[in-house]
Amino acid sequence: MKRVSFGFILGLVATATLSGAYAQSPDKPKEKPLLQTIKERGTLSCGVSQGLPGFSAPDDKGNWIGLDVDICRAIAAAIFNDPSKVKFVPLSAKDRFTALQSGEIDVLSRNSTWTLSRDTSLGLNYTGVTYYDGQGFLVRKSLKVNSALELNSASICVQTGTTNEQNIADYFKSNNMKYEMIAFGTADETIKAYESGRCDVFTSDVSQLYAERLKLAAPNDHVVLPDIISKEPLGPVVRQGDDQWFDIVKWTLFAMINAEELAVTQKNVDEMAKSSKPELKRMFGTDGSLGEQLGLTKDWVVRIIKAVGNYGESFDRNVGAGSKLGIARGLNKLWNQGGIQYAPPIR
Amino acid sequence: MTGEARKPPFRLAARLRNVLGGRAGWRGALVQLLFIAVIVWVGYEIVENARANLQAQRIASGFGFLSNTAGFSVSQALIPYSESDTYSRVFLVGLLNTLLVSAIGIIAATIIGLLVALGRLSPNWLLSRISGGYVELIRNLPLLFQILFWYLAVLATLPNPRQSISLFGSIFLSNRGLVVPDPVPQQAFTVFVFAIAIGVLAALAMRIYARRQLFKTGQKLVIWPFVVLMLIGLPALAALLFGAPVKFDMPTLRGFNFAGGMRILPEFAALVVALSTYTAAFIAEIIRAGIQSVPKGQMEAGASLGLSRGATLRLVIIPQALRVILPPLTNQYLNLTKNSSLAVAIGYPDLFSVFAGTTLSQTGQAVEIIALTMGVYLLVSLATSAIMGLYGWHVNRSLAA
Repeated sequence: MKRVSFGFILGLVATATLSGAYAQSPDKPKEKPLLQTIKERGTLSCGVSQGLPGFSAPDDKGNWIGLDVDICRAIAAAIFNDPSKVKFVPLSAKDRFTALQSGEIDVLSRNSTWTLSRDTSLGLNYTGVTYYDGQGFLVRKSLKVNSALELNSASICVQTGTTNEQNIADYFKSNNMKYEMIAFGTADETIKAYESGRCDVFTSDVSQLYAERLKLAAPNDHVVLPDIISKEPLGPVVRQGDDQWFDIVKWTLFAMINAEELAVTQKNVDEMAKSSKPELKRMFGTDGSLGEQLGLTKDWVVRIIKAVGNYGESFDRNVGAGSKLGIARGLNKLWNQGGIQYAPPIR
Repeated sequence: MTGEARKPPFRLAARLRNVLGGRAGWRGALVQLLFIAVIVWVGYEIVENARANLQAQRIASGFGFLSNTAGFSVSQALIPYSESDTYSRVFLVGLLNTLLVSAIGIIAATIIGLLVALGRLSPNWLLSRISGGYVELIRNLPLLFQILFWYLAVLATLPNPRQSISLFGSIFLSNRGLVVPDPVPQQAFTVFVFAIAIGVLAALAMRIYARRQLFKTGQKLVIWPFVVLMLIGLPALAALLFGAPVKFDMPTLRGFNFAGGMRILPEFAALVVALSTYTAAFIAEIIRAGIQSVPKGQMEAGASLGLSRGATLRLVIIPQALRVILPPLTNQYLNLTKNSSLAVAIGYPDLFSVFAGTTLSQTGQAVEIIALTMGVYLLVSLATSAIMGLYGWHVNRSLAA
């Protein structure tokens, strides 16, 4: 794993140092658009986590499934009309941005928190929010702790290179509590150390805590504390500099959210495509050419919904009521149902 | 005539070699200058290209980030460190942690390696087989596996802090590490240190005097009772006159963890144990080869002079073996230092983990951070080789004398 991560870094250093300096001569033609490169290659290269149930993990047949994976499949469906044309690249938190910067992957769909510094200094663009999350704490029930405020002097296991690592520092400092932090390279190493008793607390985004809890030998001996100490909007990320690609990834997610709002599902999509409602006609491309403006085809939304379903379907199937995780929709409900999940209109 | 026969068959290659090899004359100098110019130009192109490309990708560049606030905590710091310190402080903390693990690992690996080598060469059948088994087992298993073994299979099975194994009610062993009373220097501390220094100097002086007497008169002076008196008596006297030099801060269990005392983290312990036992297996073989490279007659000569086996080894064999041992031993020291970067797997905050890991992913400044980390490992390695080279020179000189 370390070799892989180092490979990305070397890749970035190499592309940075050896590739032609196109910045020096602005008259030179710009690089080929990413969409064209992907079409010629025949697959989408998508960075995902190394195995986080519900978000991106291989199932028992070795197929990648999850909420983050569905975004990759939806993009592939929109481009190729085939959700299987994705090469999944499992990445640790530490390597993910370097892999994207170095061009190893086309899009990063790996529960990554949208922050100002990542958006500005890493040469990346966040395309939207797939999951509104917050950071929480997993502890043993036997500790009889009811609130994060009782965690003074605790040992805390965290995955390195995450926003979690810095939130903890802020939270404990502002509450005048001491702590010891042990940071590990991957989620697996972190949860193993927590299970072995090295730490009293495992901290991460709450969705991840529920997913990682399933990996423990006795999940019911552990509890997620009610305290949420941060805002963690998670979403797909692309490199800066290719606005067309930025739009495609962004609007793939928006299409899924809009489809849920208009009650278009995987089952009824063919029927709805024949509808004469103006907003459905625009979405399905029977009126206008919105898909072509994106660089895709007219039926791009039909392709996406047929492949992965609307946002709500994907949520339920992977992390929500219809899954092992059973996470409540909460903030991730649509804006008109009491949540904050909201997509700009397709028109 | 023989000169004619030995004319090189490939004249072009030979000429090129002559020129590049720095043959005296203006042509050689010119080519060397050109060569340096090419290297400088390539270096400049790389730096310029990197800068331009990073700018084009809108990735921030430069070393300005080093003065930004890090905002994350580090579990072990040899110098005062808090989350509000800068990334350059993180760099220093990580570097010191790497140096600490490497230094302790090198010392421990050398001692274990020497013992195993001597064990393997010992006429005692059982001892030599056990030593041989150790070498074969340890050097054939991957290091990362051994680090994880010590961390997850051995240290993690220790009880939690509330049920920790305690010695005299002041030393505690648990899965959070080993907690021992922390010595806090008091006012009399400087006097105490001064007394120790005088004791050591006096002992050294006595040793030099005894050696000189030995070489001059052949008389062996018994100095060890005086040495012990100086080394223990002087500090004890200082403590009696000026009060205790240190007061111990006792660890107590408070909440989840121990408060007070000094703690050795399990990450540190696992890394040191794994690195030193692993490297020791290689060092043992190097030392064994070195000792066996000394002709057997030397051992017999020592015995015929009436020297014991230990004295022969110490005075005759090992000084000669060192010439063979030192170069590959240096390699092992370098390997150990570089291998300490595997710490990232068990959460020990070494340079690679906190700087080329956490800092890199928090700031995204891959090019700068990798360059800096590379530079530091290079510097540490070169310094280690230089020290070993100096020692080798010293050994050679004393053998020649």
